[in-house]
Amino acid sequence: MTLLSASGLTHYFTGLRAVSNFNLDLRSGELVALIGPNGAGKTTVFNLITGVYRPSEGSLTFDGHSLVGRPTHQTVNLGLARTFQNIRLFKSLTALDNLRIAQYADGAYSLVASTFHLPSFKRSEAQVRTRSLELLDAFGLADYAWAEAGSLPYGQQRRLEIARALATGPRLLLLDEPAAGMNPAEAHDLMNLILFIRREYKLTILLIEHQMQVVMGAAERILVLDFGETIAEGTPAEIQANRRVIEAYLGEEAD
Amino acid sequence: MKSFLRRHQLPLILLLAAPLTFLLPRYGIINPYLELVLKYIGINIILPVSLNLINGYMGEFSVGHAGFMAIGAYGASVITKELLPRAGAEYLFPIALLGGGLAAGVAGLAIAFPSFRTRGDYLAIVTLAFNMIVKSGLENTPAVGGPQGYMGMDKLTTLPWVYLTVIVCIYLARNVIYSRYGRGVLAIREDETAAGLVGVNTRQVKMLIFIFSAFLAGLAGGLFAHEVQFINPKSFTILKSTEMLVMVYLGGVSSLGGSILGATVFTVVLEALRPLLSWLHISPEWRLAVAPAFLIILMLTRPRGIMGNREFRFLVPADERPPRRPPDTAAAEEEVAS
Repeated sequence: MTLLSASGLTHYFTGLRAVSNFNLDLRSGELVALIGPNGAGKTTVFNLITGVYRPSEGSLTFDGHSLVGRPTHQTVNLGLARTFQNIRLFKSLTALDNLRIAQYADGAYSLVASTFHLPSFKRSEAQVRTRSLELLDAFGLADYAWAEAGSLPYGQQRRLEIARALATGPRLLLLDEPAAGMNPAEAHDLMNLILFIRREYKLTILLIEHQMQVVMGAAERILVLDFGETIAEGTPAEIQANRRVIEAYLGEEAD
Repeated sequence: MKSFLRRHQLPLILLLAAPLTFLLPRYGIINPYLELVLKYIGINIILPVSLNLINGYMGEFSVGHAGFMAIGAYGASVITKELLPRAGAEYLFPIALLGGGLAAGVAGLAIAFPSFRTRGDYLAIVTLAFNMIVKSGLENTPAVGGPQGYMGMDKLTTLPWVYLTVIVCIYLARNVIYSRYGRGVLAIREDETAAGLVGVNTRQVKMLIFIFSAFLAGLAGGLFAHEVQFINPKSFTILKSTEMLVMVYLGGVSSLGGSILGATVFTVVLEALRPLLSWLHISPEWRLAVAPAFLIILMLTRPRGIMGNREFRFLVPADERPPRRPPDTAAAEEEVAS
């Protein structure tokens, strides 16, 4: 079953064509990687899918719902969640609050209920807190619950950001260079974590990543972008053998 | 029993202090002037608590909160003068206050709706314009006295009512701050795009908090009107809004404790200036220059205020206080660190 479908997706930044005729059919449960040189338009694709930008042309559907023109929080409520290339935690808030904020939509109480601490407030808050603490625990971050997110070590901030994305209860997780700035051993651990949460939470994953051993080891299918155009698509083996990809992306290393 | 006392320390202290607000002025233990100053401190505490929600917690910038105070003041005054029976008015007073607050809340909705449609620095401009519109609107409304002002309200603002209203306002604000709405505005302040991308309905949160903030400012307006018993549009100009800004930034942003301290210090300093200026043979008009000057000096010397981003422990709900680490683990960690 197709979970996310992009067709003819095109986006211009004042004259510059950042993404051009991007097509993707993401089946439920797949792990697909999006690779390409810097500035190829990978993050722009994420921003289009999650509603940060409105596509200039093309269509986007998620589980039968069109995503075009939807505000970001609605795409999240439909079941999309993402992390960011440059970590975007709420840095001066606690790790616990970062996760609780991600459950905003689960808060089943009104402003008036919150002012008077009505039962609906207490019930919902207790649930949200329990779930947050469970997630922190599952990610090995329990000791940091009350620490400012910005004070966590780099690797833990990456993990917290993934936990925060999971707190929204997604079906599709968009990971934007989760292994950036990590050494091979850390990247390997992270990949295992991603594969674990994929099984555990039955996720479909779209992954942007530069570290080739991470991509080749985990992805079932790879799309290669260059200057906004999709230049190749296939299994890791096919991509490694593709001449255009080697020229555009791996070329320098092949020399 | 003992644990009950400990767990409810603050409410019990506040409850025990309540009769004092009635007895002290009644038996002349505090003189009328001191009582007046205490009432002003109370009214002034509500204002930065209200404004801090926007300028502190949300990280937006409102410069027109005096407009909401005006609507609360006029609204409550019309209710006590025209709608409520004179007999028993001193007990029905909260109805008028609530009415004034709700009127201000509706005005808050009218401001928030267009302002938060898009992102950006519109709020400062819109609230500035709003403040001026309210003042001109009142000046051109003969039914409430136009530029001459509105008078004839009973002196319903007593120390016990001020005390109660202040406590209720702080309690409500605290509860909202430690709810999904309060965390929502903090997330917006930190990173609005990321807030949306983890599911926070940013526009809804901003609108609701803004309405709530306007409501609180309206309550303060109602108290103010029934203290001075004579309000006119000039009481609610940008200068009044500036005073609120001073109290917020003096006390410190994103801190209820800061707003309480900021309002108290500001009110006392302003009162102390009265005798000081006359002793120095300086025109009392100069008091008007104090608030803006205060703001400039503050921004240059201590932009975080007294309590910036910190909070008194007693103002934090018990289950939102970070657990105190047992001393032995803290010491052990320090050893590891060194």
